[in-house]
Amino acid sequence: MTAPFGRRRCPVIEREELGAYVVLAVADEAVPARPGQFYMLAAVAGWGGGEAERPFLARAISALAAHGDGRVAFLLEDVGPGTHRLCELEADDELWLVGPLGRGFEPPELEPLLVGGGVGIPPLAMFQQAWGGRALGGFRDGAHALGARLLHDPQVATDDGSVGYHGYVTDLLERELDSATGRICVYACGPPAMLDAVRSLTAAHGVPAWIALEAPMACGFGACFGCVVATLDGYKRVCVDGPVFEAAMLA
Amino acid sequence: MIELCGIELAHQVINASGCFDVLAARAVFGDALIEEFPFAAYVSKTVTLEPRAGNPPPRLWETAGGMVNSIGLPNPGIDAYLETHLPEHVKLGVPLLTNVMGSSEDEFAALIERLAGREEIAGIELNVSCPNVATGLDIGADPAGIRGLMRRVRPLTSKPLIVKLTPNTADVTACAIAAEQAGADAVSLINTLRAMALAPGGVQPWLGGGTGGLSGPAIRAVALAQVASVAASVAIPVIGMGGVSSGADAAALLDAGARVVAVGTESFRDPAAGRRIARELATRFAENTA
Repeated sequence: MTAPFGRRRCPVIEREELGAYVVLAVADEAVPARPGQFYMLAAVAGWGGGEAERPFLARAISALAAHGDGRVAFLLEDVGPGTHRLCELEADDELWLVGPLGRGFEPPELEPLLVGGGVGIPPLAMFQQAWGGRALGGFRDGAHALGARLLHDPQVATDDGSVGYHGYVTDLLERELDSATGRICVYACGPPAMLDAVRSLTAAHGVPAWIALEAPMACGFGACFGCVVATLDGYKRVCVDGPVFEAAMLA
Repeated sequence: MIELCGIELAHQVINASGCFDVLAARAVFGDALIEEFPFAAYVSKTVTLEPRAGNPPPRLWETAGGMVNSIGLPNPGIDAYLETHLPEHVKLGVPLLTNVMGSSEDEFAALIERLAGREEIAGIELNVSCPNVATGLDIGADPAGIRGLMRRVRPLTSKPLIVKLTPNTADVTACAIAAEQAGADAVSLINTLRAMALAPGGVQPWLGGGTGGLSGPAIRAVALAQVASVAASVAIPVIGMGGVSSGADAAALLDAGARVVAVGTESFRDPAAGRRIARELATRFAENTA
């Protein structure tokens, strides 16, 4: 299914704080997103004039849930002028939305093992809702670890040890890979350092992995060529060739 | 109908080269892209003789009211463009303009010879914002460079030749006059302004290409000044662009003497921006003539 052409104006239905994050539910009658797909988001009012007179461009944000009931949800963390403005939005404020965009995850053929870090949880939460799979979630601290509530029955790791395992989620992944008996496939989304570790661990264990990447992008629909990532097949646009890539294809 | 050096256009809004990829957009938006295509003509991304991978990332930097890009003109090369891209562009049903860039007069000539016989192509836009491999200077940075290039390529085709002027020059109007005198059918301006961004907290450039080009509303006032100056100095049509985000912005460039306007960065923020801007222009025209 294709996305509606152009940006559309959609009201915020609900804003909920979840520890260090904000969950925005937005009314949207368009096609539902697949796990791993994203939207370009911009506030209709007050987009610009923040830190350094930004934001200007829309922000690429993964879908958190698309229930097919006329709403889509997003998990936000205030990390810059764009996400700061998005986190301020309240019910009835309006968003410009383009999407759903990108190539999401394909249904799993092997037993899925989901590895998420921080604000990278949403694609995996959608994956788990659609196709199941055990989940590992890594977070900085207790406030961020509330994001684990988006996953079903996850193993949690925190950098400061305040919740769950004290250390990196990739330590939990390594244990799983060491003890795996059947054939599994890893699905991951999170910060670059975590994804690098997921790539090397899965490669060392001969386990396939699919990774949802994040990249700054101007358009989200293949026009600007700004979001490329190096792959064995040359530069690829994260927005239209991804954001989900086979780990073994990344250079 | 609007006439642009012999090409008939349904309205006055086209895209800026490099700011709309029809193949990718068709995959994302489906047939609606063709049914609701926003532009009265489609200008291709820059095509070169050989394939180019483009610059290493990061390629983007957001600024106040705009962005700096260092994309590096990735493209599949002229052969793949003609074989696989152009047939898809034809489906749009609007006149097609092919933007080309060479790093020497010979390269430009080779590109234009490849395009001259293709009936699908209504016109050719020359991207002269590129260093000449022989001199290191941008081909389009001075009137002599433009005159030399036009004399070399003008005899090669009867198709309209549009020179895309660079704003990174001492006197853009002198460059436009040189293009006209050497046989250009139109000029388009402004291209992006050379710009730079530093990595957070550091002395190092942020962009993989070192420097890039600034676009968006941040350059709108520069575009207006350059378009007004050029339009007052040449008789050939002017395609005006630079930070156009609304019908009012487009009208300002038209009032300054542009024949048509191009939309670039605003299409990143709204894929259908061109349609909205054309509609706002039409409403404005209807109100002014009522």
